[in-house]
Amino acid sequence: MARSESAQAPLEAYVARSVSAVRASAAASRHSALVRVTHWIVTLCFFALLLTGIEILISHPRFYWGETGTVLTKPLFQIPIPSSRDLVRTGYGYVLPDQNGWSRYLHFEAAWILVLTGLLYGIFGLATGHFRKNLFPTGADLSWRTLSATIAGHLRFQRPSEAEARSYNVLQRLAYLFVIFVLFPLIIWTGLAMSPAFVSAFPATVNLLGGQQSARLLHFVVTLALVLFLVVHIVMICLAGFWSRTRPMITGRTGTSKERV
Amino acid sequence: MTDISRRKLIWTGLGAAAGVSGLAVAARLAEKYGLVPPDHGGIFGVGETLTYAAQRLLTRHSMAREFSPSEISKRPFPNEMAPPSDAFKRLQAAGFVDWRLTVTGMVDQPTSFSLAQLKSYPSRSQITMVQCEEGWSYIAEWVGVPLSHVLNLVGVHPQARYVAYFSIDPNWWDSMDMADAMHPQTFLTYGMNGHELPVGHGGPLRMRVPRQLGYKNVKFITHLTVTDSMKKFGKGLGSASPEAGYAWYAGI
Repeated sequence: MARSESAQAPLEAYVARSVSAVRASAAASRHSALVRVTHWIVTLCFFALLLTGIEILISHPRFYWGETGTVLTKPLFQIPIPSSRDLVRTGYGYVLPDQNGWSRYLHFEAAWILVLTGLLYGIFGLATGHFRKNLFPTGADLSWRTLSATIAGHLRFQRPSEAEARSYNVLQRLAYLFVIFVLFPLIIWTGLAMSPAFVSAFPATVNLLGGQQSARLLHFVVTLALVLFLVVHIVMICLAGFWSRTRPMITGRTGTSKERV
Repeated sequence: MTDISRRKLIWTGLGAAAGVSGLAVAARLAEKYGLVPPDHGGIFGVGETLTYAAQRLLTRHSMAREFSPSEISKRPFPNEMAPPSDAFKRLQAAGFVDWRLTVTGMVDQPTSFSLAQLKSYPSRSQITMVQCEEGWSYIAEWVGVPLSHVLNLVGVHPQARYVAYFSIDPNWWDSMDMADAMHPQTFLTYGMNGHELPVGHGGPLRMRVPRQLGYKNVKFITHLTVTDSMKKFGKGLGSASPEAGYAWYAGI
């Protein structure tokens, strides 16, 4: 950063300043320990839930709306994959091995770990102001100018500014908030709504969704949304620089180890 | 050490201490109040115990959803089954008049009931859902005698904790805790949708546990045993399901 700041536009000057600040402090603190630990626990649980969810889905890759649906009724749609049950007609002529036993055990155990981790994260986020400071967009963030500039930057696949290594941009904030406060609550709700014992105590949780099969379909749709988020999340990390974004989520600090010395 | 990192350390320490002591207290309470399932061992034991304990606390007396007659599925799906044994075929040929249900274990009067006897008790009906772990579901009207009625007739000992139930198929047996056994919707079922219970759906006698998944609803019931521990049955995991890799508690 040898350039003189006086010659630059204010925004560039700001970026340059923050970059120098990053370089100067070498390893600036980025993610708190709790954010990092919960991030990776949730990552592990999510992959466990996704894998076992797919295994469970394979035993009946058909979807219905309402309360009921079996191989004797017409599905809303069927995913064109082989099944692990021979009574499901798939047209493949072979039946996959049944993996539902351990898949179900692991699905619910991972769900527990995810929910408890999520609760811990939620309490932490409220208590420390993590949501307010790092995730809620500021008034300026939500201005039409910032929003359109950020969206345009993303559409042009512009590499993020160095300042974005230290703070989330408005689209990131909105995406993370949507995942944390909309998609995760929805995936838990639609999951619980499929439990015959849980809905015996709280029937509204399934009735509001339109029935047991509707809950199952919505659970699948929310999963697709979460997978879409995951794909975009990983693509954006790669575009921004895989290690520059992944390292802070592991060590908590920005900057390379060389710079830190 | 800076103030911030010291504060962090204290909070982390407090959090960890609270977590560990909370777990210890929870484990002791769970043991005391019967919130630990028979298949609580192994790497999935923690998740199973959490699910079972949480649901026992929330759902001990809750009622499975009941539906209106118009919601009864037109074509209830009888899942695939092992071919019937010769013993079953002989009983079936005689119209199941010799079908017996024996009740043994921790009861005052071990008894063998005929189907006619079971049908002579006040019958109950429920329009409830059968939900398979695979994902499909249907609604039917089930007619039978509440299991609690039969258990009260034979007199259950106060230390009883589980009712194990056995199909005529020797590989098919299961068990439930007393909360489910005494639950008003747990039936020894002999009728379905206004007819005798079809063989495909478990006729002449099927256990109906509507707050749990389909596989707990064992077909062709011939024997019940009341017990205080599932350790002496099979591999001690509570039912044939965990031996095949499936959870004992299926209320999810």
